[in-house]
Amino acid sequence: MNAAWLPLMTLATSLFAAVAIFSLPEEARRVRTSINLLAAVSKIVLVTLMVGRVSEGYEDTFSFQIVGGVDFVLRADALGVMFAGLSSLLWLCTTIYAIGYLEGAANRKRFFGFFSLCVTSTLGIALSGNLFTFLIFYEMLTLSTYPLVVHSGTAKALAAGRVYLRYTLTAGVVLLLGVVLLYSLTNDHSFASEQGLSPYLDDHRGLLTLIFALLVGGLAVKAAMVPLHGWLPRAMVAPAPVSALLHAVAVVKAGAFGILRVIYDLYGIELSVELGVTTVLAIAASITIIYGSLRAIAQEELKPRLAFSTISQVSYVVLGVSLFGPFGTIGALAHLLHQGLMKVTLFFCAGNYAEELGIHRIDEMDGAGKRMPLTSFAFTVGALGMIGLPPIAGFITKWYLGIGAIQAEMYWVVAVLVASSTLNAIYFLPILHRLWFREGPAHGKGQWPKEQRLGRLETHGWLLWPAVFTAVISIGAGLLAGLPFSPLDWATRVAVGEYLP
Amino acid sequence: MMWRFGLYDPSFDPLWMTHWALAGALLLPIMAGLLGAIFRPSRALPVVLACMPILVAGVLMVIDYQQAGLLRWQWVIGDIEFTLRFSGLSALMLLITQWTAAAVAMYTPGYLRLTYPDLNNRWIWPLMGLLVSALSLIWLAADLLTLYAALEIMGLAAVGMLLLSGKPAALKAGMRYLLLALVGSLAFLLGIALLLSQWGSLNLAVLVELVEQEPITWVAAALMGAGLALKAALFPLHGWLTPVHENAWTPVSALHAALVIKASLYILILLWSILLPETLLAPRLIAWLGMLAIVWGGLVAWRADSLKTLIASSTVGQLGYLMVAFPLLLGPGIAPLPLALAWDGFWLHLMGHALAKAAMFMAAGNLIIATGESSLNALAGTSRRLPLSLLIFGIASVTLMGLPPSAGFTAKWLLLQSMVLTQQWVAVAALMAGTLLTAAYVFRVFRYSFDETAPRHDYQPLAPGMDLIALCLAVAALALGLLAHLPLALLHGGGA
Repeated sequence: MNAAWLPLMTLATSLFAAVAIFSLPEEARRVRTSINLLAAVSKIVLVTLMVGRVSEGYEDTFSFQIVGGVDFVLRADALGVMFAGLSSLLWLCTTIYAIGYLEGAANRKRFFGFFSLCVTSTLGIALSGNLFTFLIFYEMLTLSTYPLVVHSGTAKALAAGRVYLRYTLTAGVVLLLGVVLLYSLTNDHSFASEQGLSPYLDDHRGLLTLIFALLVGGLAVKAAMVPLHGWLPRAMVAPAPVSALLHAVAVVKAGAFGILRVIYDLYGIELSVELGVTTVLAIAASITIIYGSLRAIAQEELKPRLAFSTISQVSYVVLGVSLFGPFGTIGALAHLLHQGLMKVTLFFCAGNYAEELGIHRIDEMDGAGKRMPLTSFAFTVGALGMIGLPPIAGFITKWYLGIGAIQAEMYWVVAVLVASSTLNAIYFLPILHRLWFREGPAHGKGQWPKEQRLGRLETHGWLLWPAVFTAVISIGAGLLAGLPFSPLDWATRVAVGEYLP
Repeated sequence: MMWRFGLYDPSFDPLWMTHWALAGALLLPIMAGLLGAIFRPSRALPVVLACMPILVAGVLMVIDYQQAGLLRWQWVIGDIEFTLRFSGLSALMLLITQWTAAAVAMYTPGYLRLTYPDLNNRWIWPLMGLLVSALSLIWLAADLLTLYAALEIMGLAAVGMLLLSGKPAALKAGMRYLLLALVGSLAFLLGIALLLSQWGSLNLAVLVELVEQEPITWVAAALMGAGLALKAALFPLHGWLTPVHENAWTPVSALHAALVIKASLYILILLWSILLPETLLAPRLIAWLGMLAIVWGGLVAWRADSLKTLIASSTVGQLGYLMVAFPLLLGPGIAPLPLALAWDGFWLHLMGHALAKAAMFMAAGNLIIATGESSLNALAGTSRRLPLSLLIFGIASVTLMGLPPSAGFTAKWLLLQSMVLTQQWVAVAALMAGTLLTAAYVFRVFRYSFDETAPRHDYQPLAPGMDLIALCLAVAALALGLLAHLPLALLHGGGA
């Protein structure tokens, strides 16, 4: 039985939300908030239903013809549902956070409208059943995030938006060329097809390599792999919820997820190894990991440091993909989820510090743990998770990646992992030290840059609880990794499906 | 190739109801225009009522086509034979013309009321009616005389509409346009005369059989091609386009950019596929010019200071996409698959551009009315005050950029696939560069609009529905991208 409505409705909830928000007047704050939350919750319900369907062995598919030989396909498979689950969960958190963050600000209608469109695109990317559909949503994501990046309308934001577009649109064109070449070679090729592209290997080896380079090159821009990462630190001018969403789920993850799709569901892992592209990818990912960490150390402001940390962390996913073997795959897939949870926590916290205390620079954070204990707790969880400390989720993925590297006999990858963890510690531990062990304005020394009392608690409740929630989930994903339906369990399910047909 | 234009013998004669539908589609626009001149509607509702029967006539014709296949009418008056043919392509073009024109007509009362409250503006209606009738005739005409007459009527009606705004600059631009259009017509007429003297027939279906490749055919094709290229504003003969659009009324610009220049392009490709089916050089030349057009139009639009200049230059670039497709449609030894892909892509792009460009002109017109200025600088802060107009501009530009999901994207996809299959890598590069250039000039508009440093609060409110009509057109251009197989099925021939 095929429940075609399920993926379609999941996609439509946030699209309806976007249309409804655009048609409401700017002042209709309560209605807009209700629509936002209603859509976010119903999306989680629908994704939960899909998780149930997939674990029962169904792959619900919705498709129709666009032109001859090209179909629009939405399919709820295990990998897609995994990403959909992450984005719908974090969408709810980020929406709550954004409502609190933008209270009283201008242009909220535009913000939430495009925010919903952005989530629609992300969901579409997750559920795309072939490369054409993927491309549609991938470009939609570019367009819907631009108004969010330039939201504040300052000269700096507009300049960042320009850089963002330059990178992403060029990447989109490169990706389009790759997709067209592939379609000209093979016609419509579903992600669900079993045999990958190996039938074409003998006659078209060069072309296949070229297409791979175009596809992954186009995707790597959004995944912010060095040297295509230039837009990401600049896009930091966006409001905190946008940064959170961009870094945790939407844009960089869309790129990484696309690379996953290309390697696992389009080319097939055996063919990718045969072509030798995975080694190149592993080297590029390693360079990105080390370079991102090094640059992060050099940053003196909090958000740029987190941005470079993202550049480094997302490439763990790519690294895991390029290791041939189930453990690398499990590590990559689990990291897709874990990094999202931890990074969104960190950005929520950074936004809280900026809103409540006016903190933007790291040297202003002395003693903030006393003033904002819950936020600082969440930040600590996120930071330790990034370093890879048990029992937080980040540990699990590094462990699996390490095993995967050893199994694939790529020992230098282990060295990269160790070096990267050390670098992570070098740029995160000083912040934690400042938060908890230094004396600052909360102890009567100096004063905060711009303190506001936003709520009865340490800050506005809508800002605080999402951060705490995602921090707790990050611990839960690590502690309870062995339970069914945990990120690790689901990643294992996908990996098993990949390696044991 | 010829069956694609419907130049073959039909299997069924039109039903009596189809005759009436044909008469309605051709004559009702003129009559509605005359009514408009008498009553001068100042609200959209009477315009909607007047458009209804025309749209119904068009839909009836398409239904008949789907049931019976190609329809043909032939009248002999004296020695002269008039032929009309209603093929799948005609059906599509007729639909797009009628619906776009209806949207423009509904937009017009509000526009005129807000812009020129005191002006006696009765003449726009009969001219618009005449224009639509002439356009409909062009899509159906199957002999050179009818084609020429319809082209002339359309050109004159267009000039009349462009002159309506009465500004000195508009008069100057309009007169220049008239002069060039006349030169174009003259070249076209000369080509017809050559063909008639050589082959003794004006009927296209007969010419297909008779025409041989010899110098006189080439001269005729060149003359007609030059004349039509001038009228269609194909690069490098596009110089007259920008001043004309800059000074014309918004609904007039919308109609002109969406439909009028497309008609000349349609005739060009129709005639060349009859006269030059095996020529290598001419389509290549057009394609090279098209690549230049993409780059040039994009650059000029990028540097433009006023909104209307930007949109008009964008038309030059967008026509470039169509020109680049010429070698995929005309020439010796094109494989069937790339030809079919390019054919679909060509018309899909033309339709998508018609809808999107009309929507864009309307959105820009709304922005200009509201801010009172036509420069890009005046857009500062509009993203807060006029979000809907700006959103429409954005949706329309998605089609122009060729980003998914839109007709522009699906068309570009088809063209790219065709180019890859025929290994025309330069054309591929031109299409990609065009995407980026379009994005560059479109997002320049948004960059101005997101600027929050210049708060202004004295915006003129818009008439109800003005944004809505533009929104419908823009969304239609998006929907056309996802539902492309519906129009393309019509293009591939319905019924028998």
